[in-house]
Amino acid sequence: MLAAIKRPGWIRGALGALAAGAFGFGLVIALRAISDLPLYETEQTGYPHVIVPLITAPLGFLAGFGCFDYWLRWAAGLPTIPEDHSQHGATSWRDYFRFNTDHKVIGIQYIVTTFFFFFVGGLMAMMIRAELAQPGTQIVDAATFNSLFSTHAVLMIFVFVIPVFAGIANYVLPLMIGAPDMAFPRLNALSFWMLPLAGLMFIGSFLAPGGAFDAGWTGYAPLSTGAPLGQSFFNIGVQFAGASSIATALNFLVTIITMRAPGMTFWRMPLLVWANLSTSLLVVAATPFIAGVQFMVLFDRVLHTNFFQFAAGGDVISYQHIFWFYSHPAVYIMMLPGFGIISEVISTHARKPIFGYRLMALALIGIVVLSYSVWAHHMFVAGMFSWLRVPMMITTLLIAVPTGIKIFSWLGTLFFGKIHTYSTAMLFALAFIVTFTIGGISGVMLGMVPIDIHVSDTYFIVAHIHFVLFGGSVFTIFAGIYHWFPKMTGRMYDEKLGRVHFWGTLVGTWGTFVPMHWVGMDGMPRRVADYAEQFGNWNLLISCFAFILGAVQLVFLYNMVVSWRFGPRAEANPWRANSIEWQVSSPPPIFNFPEIPRVVGGPYEFGVPGAKHAIMPGEGAEVPAKEPAVAGSSTTAGASS
Amino acid sequence: MYGRLPIAKMLAATVAGTAAISAVMVPINWNGQGASTAAPKIDHLLNVMIVLSAFVFSLVMVMLFYALWKFKAKPGDESDGEPIHGNTRLEVAWTLIPTIIVLFAGGYSWKVLDEIEEPAEGRPLTVSVFSQQYAWSFAYPGRDYAWNEGELHVPVDRQIVFKLHALDVIHSFWVPEWRIKKDNVPGITTKAIVTPDKVGTYQLICTELCGFGHTSMRAKVVVEPQADFDRWVAGLDQSLPEPMMEILGDTENDLTPVGAGGA
Repeated sequence: MLAAIKRPGWIRGALGALAAGAFGFGLVIALRAISDLPLYETEQTGYPHVIVPLITAPLGFLAGFGCFDYWLRWAAGLPTIPEDHSQHGATSWRDYFRFNTDHKVIGIQYIVTTFFFFFVGGLMAMMIRAELAQPGTQIVDAATFNSLFSTHAVLMIFVFVIPVFAGIANYVLPLMIGAPDMAFPRLNALSFWMLPLAGLMFIGSFLAPGGAFDAGWTGYAPLSTGAPLGQSFFNIGVQFAGASSIATALNFLVTIITMRAPGMTFWRMPLLVWANLSTSLLVVAATPFIAGVQFMVLFDRVLHTNFFQFAAGGDVISYQHIFWFYSHPAVYIMMLPGFGIISEVISTHARKPIFGYRLMALALIGIVVLSYSVWAHHMFVAGMFSWLRVPMMITTLLIAVPTGIKIFSWLGTLFFGKIHTYSTAMLFALAFIVTFTIGGISGVMLGMVPIDIHVSDTYFIVAHIHFVLFGGSVFTIFAGIYHWFPKMTGRMYDEKLGRVHFWGTLVGTWGTFVPMHWVGMDGMPRRVADYAEQFGNWNLLISCFAFILGAVQLVFLYNMVVSWRFGPRAEANPWRANSIEWQVSSPPPIFNFPEIPRVVGGPYEFGVPGAKHAIMPGEGAEVPAKEPAVAGSSTTAGASS
Repeated sequence: MYGRLPIAKMLAATVAGTAAISAVMVPINWNGQGASTAAPKIDHLLNVMIVLSAFVFSLVMVMLFYALWKFKAKPGDESDGEPIHGNTRLEVAWTLIPTIIVLFAGGYSWKVLDEIEEPAEGRPLTVSVFSQQYAWSFAYPGRDYAWNEGELHVPVDRQIVFKLHALDVIHSFWVPEWRIKKDNVPGITTKAIVTPDKVGTYQLICTELCGFGHTSMRAKVVVEPQADFDRWVAGLDQSLPEPMMEILGDTENDLTPVGAGGA
C-alpha cells in the first residue's frame, strides 16, 4: 500500500487531489477566520470555498499523478532517477492510462479522450434539437436549455476540435519529420493530462448550485459576471484547456523548427507540418488573451474587481474585444490543421503532387497574419466604435483569398491524377471541399456589414459556424482519423461501415444546417428555447436530420472500436503514400526509427520517375552514389539539396 | 497540357450553373417582408452576393466533378498521376480574381452601409429604448419623456434615431422587417437608425442572450401615420422611472457617432 502511495499513478493522484483540495478549502477558511469574516458565506462571496479548491485540486492531481516528478527532483537538486524509458511507449492497454512520454501514446490518449467529449457534446446537441423540434417548451426549461447549448459549444470547441488536432499531429508529426519524439516529451504528457481535467470541469458544472454555465460559450460580460457558480467552472476550465493548448503549441514549434530529419528543408515539409506550424503560431500568441479575459471575469465575480462592472466604470465592450482577439484566430486554430490533413489525403489518393505547394504553404502563413486583424467582425452590431467596421470588413473579406487558394489548389491537385475513392478518408476530403466552400461563402456574406447587421445573432450564424466547424473541421478530423487509423492501430477499419458513416454524415450535415440559414434570415434568433409558429416545420425537419447525423456517429464508434480489436492487420503503407510515417511499420516501433531517416526530396513526388522523399535506415545501399534527379524535374517543390 | 482540358465547356457549365442557381435563389425573398428604406438596399446587396456566390460555387463544383469523372482511377490501376507541380499563371489568377471579387463586395457593402446610416434631411425623431431582463420600454421626446412598456409606436416615412440603453446586461434591438439590429450595452448609449416605410404591426426581438427569459423578450412594434402616432403619444400618462431618467441625464457617455460608417 505504501509503495502504491509513493509510486506516481492514480492512487497518488487521487490523494494529491484530495490533499490539495483540502489545502485550498482550508486556506479560504483560515483567511476568513483571520479577517473576522463569516467562515462559510457563499453566494454573496462568489463561493471561494469551491473556486480555490477547483484550482488547487487539479494541480494536486497532476503532481500526484507524476507530471512534475522529474522536474521537481531536478529543481530540488535530488539525484535524478536514471532514465529507463519505463514511462515511454505502450505494451498493454494499461499504459494508456499512465503518465506516458511517448508521442504515439499521447496522440492516442488525446484522440480517445477528445472523442469521449465529442459524444457527450453530441448528446447535448441531440437534447437541444429535441427541445427545438416543436415550438413551445417540452423537454427542458429555458434555463437548462441555456446551459445545454453553452456546454455543448464549450465541449466541442475546447475539448474536442482544438485538442483532437493536437492529438492527430502528436501521433503523426514527429514520424512525418523523421524525429524520434516531440522536443519536450514530459511537457507533452503534462499537456495531455490537463485536458480531461478541463473537460470534467465543464461537465461537472452541471452539479454546481444554479446549474451549469449558461452565458453561451462566448460568456459575454456582464451576463457572465453576474451568473451563478457554474460560470466559474467555465472560467477555470478554460485555464486548463488553454495551458494545455499553449504548451502543446510550444512543443510543436520547437519540434518542427529543430527536430526535422537531415535534408528536410522547410520547402520539403509535408503540408500537415506547415499547417501545425501555422496553428502553433496562432495558439502561442492568441490563447493567452482568452485565459486573461476569463481571469478578469473570475476576478469580477470573486474578488469584486470592476473590469466589466459598468456601474463602477468598467467597460463592457472591452470583454468582447479581448475575447474575440483570441476567438477569431481560434477558428483558424480549428481549421488550419484540417487543411493540412486534406492536403495529405488528397495528394495521396489522387496520386499527384500538391498543386502549387509553395503557395499552399504561404497561404497558411497569410491566414495566420490576417486572422489577427479581423476579430471585430464579430462585433458589427455590438455598439463598438463604428469606424472600426469597414477596415475589419475589408480584412475579413481578404482572408477569403488565401482560403480560396487552398480550395483551388486541391482541385488542381485532382486534375490529371489517378483519383482513388475506395478510402473513406478520401470521401470525407472531397466532401469537405464542397461543404467548406458553402461555409466560406456564407462567411464572406457575414463579413459584409449590411448583411451582417440583419443576420447577426440569428440562426444564419448557427448555420455558418456549423458548416465551417462541422462540415469543415469535423470532416477533416474524420478524414484524418480514417487516413491514419491503420498507422495508429496496426489494423484496417471496415470501408463499408466507413461509407455508411460518410453518407449518413454528409446527408445529416446538409439536412441539418442548410435550412438553418433560411430560418435565420427569415427572423429566427439564435440561443432561444422557443420560437414563432412559422418556423415549426423547418425546425422539425432540422431536428430529424440532426438525429440522423447523431445516430450515424454510432456507426463510426462501432467501426473504430471493433476494427481496433478485430480488424485485419494493416501493412506499413496501405495507401502507398510517400511521407515518412508510412515507411515504418504499422504501428511504428516504440522509438520510431532505429536510425534517423535522410530526406532527399519533396513529400509529394508522385509520378516523378526515380523520385524519393526519404531514405530510410537500411535502405542506403539501394541509392546510387549520385542522387536521382528528384528536385530537378519539379518546378515548385523540392529545392536542391 | 491544359489544352487537353475542355476549358470552354467547363466555363459554359459554370455559367449555366450560376444562371440556374441565381434563377432559383434570387426571386426568393430570403429576409422576409421588408418595411424600412434600408430593407431593399440590403436585400439587393444579398442578391448580388447570391449571384457572385453561385458563380464561385458552380466553378468549384464543375472543377470537382469534372476531375472526379475524368481522372478517376480504373480498378486495379496502381500507376501515379502526371507529375504536375503547379502553374504560376493559374496560381496568380486564382489569387488575383478572388481578391478583385471580395474588394468589389467590400466596396459595395461600404456604399450600402453609408446609405442606410445616412442622416435624413428633416429632423429625425429620437426614441429612447430601454432594455432590462426581460422587458422593453420606450421613451418619447416632448411632454417630459412620455414612457410606456412593451409596445413601441413610430410614425411611418420618417427617420427615427433609436438611442439604445441597457439597465443590466447586454440586449439587442432587432426588428427583422427593418433589417436593422444594434446591441443595447449597459454603461453606454448606442444608436440605430431606421426609416420605416410601411404601416403595420411588427415584432421587436432581443437577439443577444440575456438570461433564462431571453426567448420571450419581445415587444410589439406599431408603425402608423404621423397623426395617429401623435395622438397615441399624447395619450401616454406614465413618466420615465428614475433609473432610466438617470441614464438619459448622462449624455457624456455617447460613444457611437451616427452615420460615421468608416469615415
